[in-house]
Amino acid sequence: MALKKKDHLELYRQMVLIRRVEERSAELYQAGKIGGFLHLYIGQEAVSTGIVSVRQPQDRIITAYRDHGVALNVGISAKAVIAELLGKETGVSKGRGGSMHMADVEKNFWGGHAIVGAHLPIAAGMALGDQYEGRDGVTICMFGDGATNIGFFHEGVNLSKVWNLPVLWLCENNQYGMGTAVDRASAVEQIHMKAEGYGIPHSRLEDGMDIMKVREVVGAALDHIRSGKGPYFLEVMTYRFQGHSMGDPQRYREKDEVTKWEKSDPIGIYHRYIVGEKIATKADLDKIEEAVEAEVNEAIEFAEASPDPGFDTLYDYMYASKE
Amino acid sequence: MAIITMRQAISDALWEEMERDPKVFIMGQEVGVWGGTYAVTKGFLDHFGEKRVKDTPIAESAIVGAGIGAAMVGLRPVSEIMTINFAFVAMDHIVNEAPKMHTMFGGQMSVPLVIRTAGGGGRQLGATHSQTPDAVFAHFPGLKVVSPGTPADAKGLLKAAIRDNDPVLFIEHAAMYQIRGEVPEGDYTTPIGVSKVQREGDAVTIVTYCKGLQLSMAAAEQLSQEGIEVEIVDLRSLRPLDMGPALASFKKTNRAVIVEEGWPSYGVGAEVATRLYEAAFDYADAPIKRVAQKEVPLPYNAALEQFALPQVDDVVAAVKEVL
Ligand SMILES: Cc1ncc(C[n+]2csc(CCOP(=O)(O)OP(=O)(O)O)c2C)c(N)n1
Repeated sequence: MALKKKDHLELYRQMVLIRRVEERSAELYQAGKIGGFLHLYIGQEAVSTGIVSVRQPQDRIITAYRDHGVALNVGISAKAVIAELLGKETGVSKGRGGSMHMADVEKNFWGGHAIVGAHLPIAAGMALGDQYEGRDGVTICMFGDGATNIGFFHEGVNLSKVWNLPVLWLCENNQYGMGTAVDRASAVEQIHMKAEGYGIPHSRLEDGMDIMKVREVVGAALDHIRSGKGPYFLEVMTYRFQGHSMGDPQRYREKDEVTKWEKSDPIGIYHRYIVGEKIATKADLDKIEEAVEAEVNEAIEFAEASPDPGFDTLYDYMYASKE
Repeated sequence: MAIITMRQAISDALWEEMERDPKVFIMGQEVGVWGGTYAVTKGFLDHFGEKRVKDTPIAESAIVGAGIGAAMVGLRPVSEIMTINFAFVAMDHIVNEAPKMHTMFGGQMSVPLVIRTAGGGGRQLGATHSQTPDAVFAHFPGLKVVSPGTPADAKGLLKAAIRDNDPVLFIEHAAMYQIRGEVPEGDYTTPIGVSKVQREGDAVTIVTYCKGLQLSMAAAEQLSQEGIEVEIVDLRSLRPLDMGPALASFKKTNRAVIVEEGWPSYGVGAEVATRLYEAAFDYADAPIKRVAQKEVPLPYNAALEQFALPQVDDVVAAVKEVL
């Protein structure tokens, strides 16, 4: 589990990549090149980067619609991500999914799901698949605090305990569901306490802005599940710096609150850690940032030059069975 | 050919598919210890064990959602929804998740899931428990909707559904489990999306399916005694919908009656009639008639319920009207 210098640099690179891809996507959105909703992950990068960095290849990941972070962490290229945002045939979902529906099954990333909470029962089913076949993979199901108030949550989490499924329920508590603060929507503010009602062991990480801490708690939770003890529920406290989606005027929170949280920018924290622990120098990190900049520029060029899906392909993916 | 009940035919299909392919399993409320609400899975638990005959909580979204997840990772689940009236609480998973997965992720995932359920009225169960909302589900591209009218088709179609790579909603009729019919020996499948002429005639074309087929066959006997020979086309699948045999028959008889148990508004009959008009308007010698349920939530009172449901006499009368 101990990270070498190059591992740290890679994780740092991923976090910066998510940040840059999203900042540039916001521009593309403003320019009218990206349609639909665009939910940015900025501020939460330590969570998905931490999770993906400790999972084993056999561990599946499934998440909600705020999915660009995971997509980049699992190794989907910036090209394929941005092309998907632009709706191009070269996008990771061939322009059929858009921002909220990115997946790469070969990389064991099962998507981007846009109906709040609906992917929780689906995650239980994927875990059932592994249990049924005797594989030792864990299904990591990520969702927001808001998703824990919908019926799907209850059905999925309950089933996971009844059948003792190898699933990690991972709530990213960024403290808002659209404009509704947790305490205005959830009868229990400490979301992880909900797991108590299902007899599932649970805990909360207060500092989800620190990737090292995320790695530690997620790693321990995965070990727990892999040892056959059934599901585990982890709540990770984090914060989104941007609005819920593009064009959100954010009337529901004070500027001060955002500014305060921005002081614990996960990238800043990791930067200070790497330099402070003398793992690498500021110059090393600068170099990574420059490389990411170039990569994202190239990805945007690629995406813009890519073709739209042809009209003749409209029905291509309607059915998996080809008669 | 053996003469067996619908119940036996469905049970045999499931049993044989579970014997044939270890990835096929059934889950649902009371499918195991109880033996199935309609006794379709009686004896399954003893033979196949708990791994493959899974009792679930009363949680329809979990039953379908977990089926989707398991199907996505390579299993062949059959999720049973006790009756179609409870499918509404799993609507998101049935119409919004299962049929979208393949398209939205650009062909990366498929959902070879069968959702078995029973519909229909006539058993004095009141308005919430007596519905035939087949058209609601057939509305959604990406979902296949099958509803057999004979034991032979039930067996062949269920086997085909289990082997299909796409999600299939398999609608049985709760009042038809006791009907008997000839079923071929040995392993066979009946293709999904292929209509069938169940009775030949030249006077009027009756297009129907499921319970409507029983009504139409009985009506045909009566009409035959008066020298009127109707042709009966059984749709068997509502999506994909094969209009071939119905169209050919309509071009021959120039008259059509559509018989369904559901409400006529926005229904199967509305769809079929429109397609006949679109493709063969010039062949019509009389307006096409629909025989369906009266437009009310079904009453409990036995006489009133029967009055609201389509009857053999209604079919007879409709045929005479178009003659
Ligand atoms: C069933 C459903 N209802 C409403 C919405 C609209 N909606 C999209 S995101 C969202 C907020 C979800 O908040 P949370 O789960 O906390 O995730 P976060 O945005 O914080 O990542 C809502 C209400 C939806 N997509 N699905």
